[in-house]
Amino acid sequence: MRVAGKGLLNTGRSVPFTFDGVRYDGIEGDTLASALLANDVKLVGRSFKYHRPRGVLSAGSEEPNALVTIGSGAQKDPNVRATVQEIHAGLQAHSQNRWPSLAFDAMAINNLAAPFLGAGFYYKTFMWPKAFWEKLYEPVIRRAAGLGGLSGENCADEYERAFAFCDLLVIGAGPTGLMAALIAARAGADVILADEDFRMGGRLLAETYEIDGLQGHLWAEQALTELGAMDNVRLMTRTSVVGVYDQGTYAALERVGHHKPHKAGPLECFWRIVAKRCVLAAGAIERPVAFRNNDRPGIMTAGAVRAYLNRWGVSPGKAVTVFGNNDDAHRTARDLLDAGVHVAALIDSRHDAPNFDGAQLMRGGQVCNASGARGIDAITVRTASGEERIRTDCLAMSGGWNPTVHLTCHMNGRPEWNREIAAFVPKPGAVPGMVTAGACNGAFSTADCLQQGIDAAKIALAELGLTAPDTALPDADDAPYRIAPLWAVAGKGRAWLDFQNDVTVKDVKQAATENFRSVEHMKRYTTQGMATDQGKSSNVGALAVLADATGRGIPETGTTTFRPPYSPVAIAALGAGGQGDGFAPQRYTTSHKASVERGAPMVEVGLWYRPSFFPKPGEKTWRQSCDREVGLVREHVGVCDVSTLGKIDIQGPDAAAFLDFVYTNMFSTLKVGRVRYGLMLREDGYVMDDGTTARLGETHFVMTTTTAAAGEVMRHLDFVHQTLCPELDVSFISVTEQWAQFAIAGPKSRDLLNGLLEAPLGEDWPFMACGSVDLMGVQGRLFRISFSGEHAYELAVPARYGAALFRELVARAEALGGGPYGMEALNVLRIEKGLLTHAELHGRITAFDLGLGRMVSAKKDCIGQTLSNRPGLKDPERERLVGLKPVGAIKQLMPGAFLFDKDAEPVRVNGQGYLTSACYSPTVGSTLALAFLKNGPERHGEVIKVVDHLRGLETLCEVVDPVFFDPAGGRARG
Amino acid sequence: MADLIAKLPCDGLLPLSIGKATLVEVVPVALTSVSPLKGAEKDLSKAMTKAHGVGFPGPNNSNGDDAVRAIWFGRAHALLIGPAPDSALVKHAALTDQTDAWAVVCLDGDAAESVLARLAPVDLRHSVFGLGQTVRSQLGHMTASITRVGENAFQIMVFRSMAKTLVHDLKTAMVAVDARG
Repeated sequence: MRVAGKGLLNTGRSVPFTFDGVRYDGIEGDTLASALLANDVKLVGRSFKYHRPRGVLSAGSEEPNALVTIGSGAQKDPNVRATVQEIHAGLQAHSQNRWPSLAFDAMAINNLAAPFLGAGFYYKTFMWPKAFWEKLYEPVIRRAAGLGGLSGENCADEYERAFAFCDLLVIGAGPTGLMAALIAARAGADVILADEDFRMGGRLLAETYEIDGLQGHLWAEQALTELGAMDNVRLMTRTSVVGVYDQGTYAALERVGHHKPHKAGPLECFWRIVAKRCVLAAGAIERPVAFRNNDRPGIMTAGAVRAYLNRWGVSPGKAVTVFGNNDDAHRTARDLLDAGVHVAALIDSRHDAPNFDGAQLMRGGQVCNASGARGIDAITVRTASGEERIRTDCLAMSGGWNPTVHLTCHMNGRPEWNREIAAFVPKPGAVPGMVTAGACNGAFSTADCLQQGIDAAKIALAELGLTAPDTALPDADDAPYRIAPLWAVAGKGRAWLDFQNDVTVKDVKQAATENFRSVEHMKRYTTQGMATDQGKSSNVGALAVLADATGRGIPETGTTTFRPPYSPVAIAALGAGGQGDGFAPQRYTTSHKASVERGAPMVEVGLWYRPSFFPKPGEKTWRQSCDREVGLVREHVGVCDVSTLGKIDIQGPDAAAFLDFVYTNMFSTLKVGRVRYGLMLREDGYVMDDGTTARLGETHFVMTTTTAAAGEVMRHLDFVHQTLCPELDVSFISVTEQWAQFAIAGPKSRDLLNGLLEAPLGEDWPFMACGSVDLMGVQGRLFRISFSGEHAYELAVPARYGAALFRELVARAEALGGGPYGMEALNVLRIEKGLLTHAELHGRITAFDLGLGRMVSAKKDCIGQTLSNRPGLKDPERERLVGLKPVGAIKQLMPGAFLFDKDAEPVRVNGQGYLTSACYSPTVGSTLALAFLKNGPERHGEVIKVVDHLRGLETLCEVVDPVFFDPAGGRARG
Repeated sequence: MADLIAKLPCDGLLPLSIGKATLVEVVPVALTSVSPLKGAEKDLSKAMTKAHGVGFPGPNNSNGDDAVRAIWFGRAHALLIGPAPDSALVKHAALTDQTDAWAVVCLDGDAAESVLARLAPVDLRHSVFGLGQTVRSQLGHMTASITRVGENAFQIMVFRSMAKTLVHDLKTAMVAVDARG
């Protein structure tokens, strides 16, 4: 219910929303949790395992119980914390993990079976029969247990990623963070202040303290106004810093669109913030006390009750009881009374609790049970004089506060136990560049927080080389925080520790009994702390119970490891921008449009898109198109865009010497105006890449790489030059993108070119010649090289002319009976000639394996030469390049198949090699393949067995020379 | 015979104006990579200054203005943007025509820095990355050259073949930034 005169919801504007289809009204500034409590809705969800009725426990991001699903369809968002979700017009929230309804949940039968469902139940029960696990047990358990479900559809929301940089990142905008940010900003530092809440101020919004005579929230507002007016400050609300990484890098999740009805733009933004220094002012999280039925709706943390009262003007009950072990709990009773809410009793487990006026104080009392299924109606209090039942519809409990140390542990820091506050505090220096301050550092009075905020800012500023302005400590509350630890109230029944994963005191004790005594083992055995809330409100309580059960102290027991993310992050946010066209850059050739217009299916080759084939009317299969395209190259002339091959411009007085060093063969002897095929090895002696290099001038070369290895070769050249031969005066740069390059291949290629070039090609253009040519107002480069075995050229023009030139070349080719050809035909043409691609040059092949051993020149040194001479790399037994031609009834051959002796059983130990490329050759009229076979070149003429285990194919083949067509090479030279 | 028709890298993709940012294609007369020969760094810089009015830029820097600009382009490389290179430079450097190799765009406006913050993992705050500063870094999944050419204006270059992805990525970021108002 709302309490008149309380709350900071300034506008008072009414906002309608629905929960499980029922319409409610909240007020602008409400969270879903505060709005539901204002409407007296206490039952919000069902628990994970036992389907216990659950209500709101907290008022912050640590909420374990009040998880709901927002929206529907592809935009369905499960496991949203009602304490974080802001209401807006049209908000549709649904409860989770219940059937058929929240109030009556059939799965609550699990609750009755509780004696059998304790820790380790699954491990012990579903061990056998083995096959039942996947088919029966797991599906049934998964259906019964769980939180919200995914829609199963593609993510329809937009997410984004972003980078930010600053001098100082302040995490948390409570009194500590605001103070630190003010000091740093006034000193001129570039400050980012990030807070997970949608309204900054932290506990100042939830408490009734005054600072410098101002109500806390007004002081916060004043500070925020000052910060907001400064250019060097960026205020990031709704931004949870979720991870800490090396060199001052922080991950943060900003909720951008969850609070708005219209979802234009991103829903969330995943930030990478790089900060020179950081002040962690993350506050503290209140911990519950474990007692029987402490999970009933209406039982909340005491600080949350104050937050709902003071910030949202809501009292979660009409007759509230307060139960605590520290002075802070008294504030809850005091604030409620001041607001006119009836406080039925204040139960303080300490016998020396301070006096309290206005309500019954039960010193040394402990709440030992609660009743009321869908909302509490009474509690039982145990004191020295016996047990007493008190009627109440809300219990505010406080077992003390845990500093939010999580982020300080992300780089393997371990927090330290502080006896005085019975809590873990950060180890100083746990994260380089980060200073912790305020409640997260164990300072629990406002005055201490403000002082630590000032001190932390001063430390950071000094390290940044900035001078802190003189700032007086504001006048604020400095009441001490007194606590006497109370983790679990003794007694029968189930007392909850981890609400989200349904872990009880009994489960933790059971783990200890079964010798899972290490806190990490206990965690995994009971699943404590493994739910989406990561046990924020249960970790310390659980380990305290474990410490007690194992007879150790809490510091010896230690905490589990806090890992990123601090609060849940959608995978969609981490991978933002990576969907659809954002998955990878798309590289288009200049002929792309023309190819698509001709109906060519485009295939991805690395990042490039290249045409597979160019279908003609009447062609029903790719093979028909491919066979035709092969034929037109062999008989007429074909045009193919080969711009994707890597091109590297190499210049300098030592360019030739450099090439001699990176290639196995000699390039310094290459004449200007000529091209040479080159083979490049890695340091380990294996083949890295092959290609042609043209000498354009005495000190000017252009190297061609395969499409696949263009980047790798460029990197290799850089490495070699910078580290192995920096003395050489050579420089190189990629020109892959500068030139659009087209293969013009076939007996009529010269005719085509002579119709196009301003000066016809004369006899000075033999095979492997190159030079500059003029055509259609443009200067281009021509290379007489061939990847098809035909008389062929490659013509390059500046890329801007590529689109126009491709259309011109295709038109001219068609006039000569030819046309364009795609990747499929290109592949067939090169297999017919035994030419190589990275199907063959796959990384564990040597020049010797390819039959190119003689290309590794002995007259000079080159990268990889020494190691290529290792005996093992020249063993004739190695799998070496051969051609294969089917000889039996079965003709089909597929890459990836294995080779065996004709009569051998096709099992691994009998393997003789493998097949790398295969095609149907219309020229030869047969299926052809390239393969690597043990002793290959010595076995020409032998019949072997090729087995494709995957497709169940077995083909008998004759081993032949890998050059199937025109072995003498007359066609290319002619 | 008719001349071949030239086509720009961002043909049909630009200009774009979304919220407080505009994106236009920049079409310099020439882009030339300039890499000094051994020991010729100073002479090259002098020759560049004499011929084009811009010296060889230091790492992460550029010299010049929209008419002629030399930007640092990686180890031992600068990119001369604007006129065709003077023949006097040949004595001191390896020159390579890059005019058609890059898609060059300019992102301008109050939101430009925020848009780039969605794509480039580098600090582009004015205080750190002032007028004329340049960086070779990533833009989304692409490698890019980014130079601040105005108070709120950035010249961005990626490989020509990636022009469509460049515009797609920048447009997505521009829309997202604009949606926040």
